[in-house]
Amino acid sequence: MRNISFSQATLEAMQEEMRRDERVFIMGEDIASQGGIFGQFKGLPKEFGLERVRDTPISETALVGAGIGAALAGAVPVVDMHFADFIGVTMDEVLNQMAKIRYMFGGQATLPLVLRAPDGVTRSAAAQHSQSLEAWFLHIPGLKVVIPSNPADAKGLLKAAIRDQNPVIYFEHKDLFSKKGPVPDGDYLTPIGKAAVVREGKDVTIVSYSAMLGKCLEAADQLGSLHGIEAEVIDLRTIVPMDMETIYESVKKTHRLVVAHEAVKTGGVGGEIAASVSENILEYLDAPIIRVGAAFTPIPFSPPLEKRVIPQVESIVEAVLRARW
Amino acid sequence: MVGNKAISTDLLQDWYYHMLLIRRFEEAINEKFLAGDIPGFVHLYIGEEATGVGVCSALNRTDYITSTHRGHGHTLAKGAEAKRCMAELYGRKTGYCKGKGGSMHIADFGIGMLGANGVVGGGFNLAVGAALAVQLRKGSEVAVCFFGDGASNRGTFHEGLNMAAVWKLPVVFVCENNQWASTTPIHEATAVTDICVRASSYAMPSAMVDGNDVFAVYEAAVEAVERARRGEGPTLVECKTYRIKGHFVGDPEQYRTREEVMSQMESNDPIKKFLERVLPEKLLTEEQLQAIEQRVAEEIEEAIRFAEESPYPDPEEAFDDLYVEEEASHA
Repeated sequence: MRNISFSQATLEAMQEEMRRDERVFIMGEDIASQGGIFGQFKGLPKEFGLERVRDTPISETALVGAGIGAALAGAVPVVDMHFADFIGVTMDEVLNQMAKIRYMFGGQATLPLVLRAPDGVTRSAAAQHSQSLEAWFLHIPGLKVVIPSNPADAKGLLKAAIRDQNPVIYFEHKDLFSKKGPVPDGDYLTPIGKAAVVREGKDVTIVSYSAMLGKCLEAADQLGSLHGIEAEVIDLRTIVPMDMETIYESVKKTHRLVVAHEAVKTGGVGGEIAASVSENILEYLDAPIIRVGAAFTPIPFSPPLEKRVIPQVESIVEAVLRARW
Repeated sequence: MVGNKAISTDLLQDWYYHMLLIRRFEEAINEKFLAGDIPGFVHLYIGEEATGVGVCSALNRTDYITSTHRGHGHTLAKGAEAKRCMAELYGRKTGYCKGKGGSMHIADFGIGMLGANGVVGGGFNLAVGAALAVQLRKGSEVAVCFFGDGASNRGTFHEGLNMAAVWKLPVVFVCENNQWASTTPIHEATAVTDICVRASSYAMPSAMVDGNDVFAVYEAAVEAVERARRGEGPTLVECKTYRIKGHFVGDPEQYRTREEVMSQMESNDPIKKFLERVLPEKLLTEEQLQAIEQRVAEEIEEAIRFAEESPYPDPEEAFDDLYVEEEASHA
């Protein structure tokens, strides 16, 4: 095991997959000459050339549309969205083409395409560069959605996404890029569709993912030391297909559930999980399911405002205490 | 003759066969749709046959095309079987998309037909991407994007043409300017009369031809396809044509006069124009033409029989083909 950054882990994933399969290429804005805004593409052009590591015009629609077309014609494209917010610019390509081409053509097509989408709040990037939009894609059949919380999964999920024959949206939280963590040596994949129990506990289940997972682990520490509550923490890792079994198994043990994400609480992934748990294992619950998510506002610019609208460690602690009545 | 090259008898027969096949296919669809046998919406290609046929006859089987919501003609011109197209329109299991696509999403990946598209202007970037894949693998295939004058007002047009031009991708953008964007005439919705002038914004060569003259379409297509295969980048070919039928079957067409349509049918029918040239110039004989007419009639009859006798998909098949490998839970 080495200790490397999230950004470095994604870089290794790209290098390994591009060496392994010459059909793999990556394109996006400012990736080749600049190396990506988070340094996540540094060195790729030198090894693989500017054909396979391609700077594009500021044309998000063409970027995603051409990624789809290239995948249909036998390539394995990785498309970098620069900021997840810009998926809004190209939403038709995602909604009406990428998600539907295999199905509406009766399975004739395979679409091995990865959309890399740096999301989340970091350094006062404000309303149009800070969003967490994963719930949109939970609502569109035909896509897979992954969202790592640490460098090891960042690498394993990116490699798995590139090898997957389906279109995968890969959300990578901007605040995680510089964070370091242990990463296994050699070739490994993190399976898509499998959550991980990252901390065991018997009193409450906290489900989270991406950067919010770190806050949940901090909250779990506080709950243990200050309140004597043993929280079980699940890293969802994949939003679609969602590993409900791991959640059910945990809730059957703890009888309490909190779901926490940085995305807006209303209409979010937490609501979907809460509904599924209520529909299927209500009898195991001893308390209402509590959702923790961002306030119903765009992300504001000024640091105290930004901090106010997204969940903090204490929001999760409070939610767990509410779920223990 | 096209340019300095004589057109072979085989190619002339192929043009007539495909134009007539499309015409008869669309006429049959019109009838069957109005009889209530075909669900959904259908958009007919009648009057525009020379464009799809002229362009596709300049392509190889392995070349790619992207199509529009008015895509039956392109699909047949690229070489798809009428009976499997018909079955798809009928929503049957034996259709190209096993009944999941229908008229607006007909596709045959086996012949590089990457799909009709229900989103106007949805095909530009798919064609650009297919061409990018070809360029990356140093292949020789070409991608053709068919689109209408209405689609040229989409942002996808701008982004796709610019990207194709800046990367010199092997794409041919074929505008079927049929004068009508759904119910809106071109002069009300488009700032230019000729779509091909927009190519200059991308430093892209262009051509404008009579889209109802299959000879002219073919000549322009060959030049553009050869340019693309040589690695010299994309071309915009504008084919002036006319949408004889309404936007969709059942369209009351209150936005134009019957006289306008009749006059186009009289003077600008691509099949009539073809016959008015090949007969006097003795390029094909009456016997050759009749043999094709016979073949087409039989094929359409067989296509309808095949479609009507084919089973509907089992309702449980609604859950197939969403993902490769493991199917999504639908519990």
